[in-house]
Amino acid sequence: MRWALADGWTITRRDLAHWGARPGQFAVTLLFPVLITLMFGYLFGGGLNVPGGDYRSYLMPGMFTMTMLFGLETTFAAVAADARRGITDRFRSLPMASSAVVSGRAAADLLASALTLAVLMACGLAVGWRPEAGPGAAPAAVGLLLWLRFSLLWLGIYLGLRATGPEAVATVQILVWPVAFLSGVLVSPATMPGWLGALAEWNPLSATAAAARELFGNPGWESGSVAAEYGPALAVAWPALLTAVFFPLSVRAFRRLNR
Amino acid sequence: MISVQDLGKRYGATPALDGLHLEVPEGTVHGLLGPNGAGKTTLVRILTTLLRPDTGQARVAGLDVRTEAARVRRRIGLVGQHAAVDEILTGRQNLEMFGRLSHLGARAATGRAADLLERFGLTEAAARPVNGYSGGMRRRLDLAAGLILSPPVLFLDEPTTGLDPRGRAEVWSAVRELAGQGTTVLLTTQYLEEADQLAGQVSIIDAGKVVAAGTPAELKAVVGDRIEVVARHAGDLPAVAALLGPQARVEADELRVSAPAADRVGALTHAVQALAEAGIDIADLGVRRPTLDEVFLRLTEKMEVSR
Ligand SMILES: Nc1ncnc2c1ncn2[C@@H]1O[C@H](COP(=O)(O)OP(=O)(O)OP(=O)(O)O)[C@@H](O)[C@H]1O
Ligand SMILES: [Mg+2]
Repeated sequence: MRWALADGWTITRRDLAHWGARPGQFAVTLLFPVLITLMFGYLFGGGLNVPGGDYRSYLMPGMFTMTMLFGLETTFAAVAADARRGITDRFRSLPMASSAVVSGRAAADLLASALTLAVLMACGLAVGWRPEAGPGAAPAAVGLLLWLRFSLLWLGIYLGLRATGPEAVATVQILVWPVAFLSGVLVSPATMPGWLGALAEWNPLSATAAAARELFGNPGWESGSVAAEYGPALAVAWPALLTAVFFPLSVRAFRRLNR
Repeated sequence: MISVQDLGKRYGATPALDGLHLEVPEGTVHGLLGPNGAGKTTLVRILTTLLRPDTGQARVAGLDVRTEAARVRRRIGLVGQHAAVDEILTGRQNLEMFGRLSHLGARAATGRAADLLERFGLTEAAARPVNGYSGGMRRRLDLAAGLILSPPVLFLDEPTTGLDPRGRAEVWSAVRELAGQGTTVLLTTQYLEEADQLAGQVSIIDAGKVVAAGTPAELKAVVGDRIEVVARHAGDLPAVAALLGPQARVEADELRVSAPAADRVGALTHAVQALAEAGIDIADLGVRRPTLDEVFLRLTEKMEVSR
């Protein structure tokens, strides 16, 4: 148990050292969501009206949510690259706690996402977004966002262990976009054609985005929709379900590397 | 030190290992020679606990690789076929990380990393990221990573493939030094010469089985160098064959006659004299070392004959 923590920390430090070795790339990772936010906020936002507030206040909680989804790519790409390059095998041949390979990566990625979230919140404050609800609510919103990110870690690790080729990385990079767009992250699902809207409403990202809007006290469109009714409950439940499915699956995928 | 009985592993319908037996006594260097796809990497991965065998038994340092994997890992070093080091970290960061993960403790890991960098001539490059290293430097770093724990058993999977002659010589001398200190080494290679240079015992494997085993000298005696004469006229072939002795083999299409040459110089001198005396005009003459392919072909032929 002691080694599981110590080794996990060693692996986390390795990932942190990667940021230090490539500050440029890390800065791009941090600033990419900011760029996207400015793009949507100023290029598209002008043509959109949100009841009870401006589009940028509506957009920010959605962007926070989307950033958590983008974190999936980072996890997936890093896990796949390690498996492909044999580093994972080197770790597996050492007398270290085998859980550390996964837990160390998870901790580093969660930390990276928390940092990205902080940068993006600062950017939000700069463009006029404000958490309007009580002082306890904003940390709860941040908690729910990181909870979503936590659940996506296991999905990323699972996929990264199962599909190691560079083309798989590109596929995931492309697929996160429709997944993000088909949700209440950028616009209300109510404005989408029937079945697409229903799909978007049930998208786990919609739940987290709606809950974050509610907790930050930002305007929302979703009145009457599933995500609006049960937002916070779903924002807890969806990631719990994802974790319940993909945590065991990723542990199993790791164990099955010896087949 | 390494004991393998009837080991089998298949991928779908392909048997990668097919009832393999191997014994490597403590303190010896054992060469595992085989062509692409023979099952060398599969065997090394099973012995280093990375892969589970389907059938059979394998023990390393007296421990079962299947049921005592964690304890096996404390006694082995692995240098895989492809360098498995972190490309973004520096050489020193890599070794310190592997040292910590081998539970040396922070201070000891730092010291061990410095020692190994020094020993493999990487001290100057230690602070540079690995993705700027040459192939040889990377291989040496990989070798250093495999030696973090001063393991009693070391596995080297094609450690010199892709290295230039100098890099190869460096790896060879490192392996010799380790062997001199009593490390048991299992080395896979595609080069007969490498096995000859390093290994006391050699097993030749093909299609997941050991097809021949012995000292390099014994194996070479089985195959041996060959003297080759290329004639100008097909009509001369029987005469040339007669000159080269009863074991001569004629390849009429290529106008070539070859025969075993235990003594390279002697065989050449004899052939030159005999051909001159007989007044036979030839196109080419030489003594050739057998390639691994030929070793295989010959050994598998022999097996079939002796069966
Ligand atoms: N992960 C895998 N999935 C499917 N087949 C595999 C896998 N790994 C190895 N094989 C097959 O098992 C056989 C033995 O492969 P192995 O890598 O052990 O050979 P090798 O002797 O190391 O070859 P090389 O000299 O090319 O490294 C080959 O036929 C290979 O195609
Ligand atoms: Mg191989």
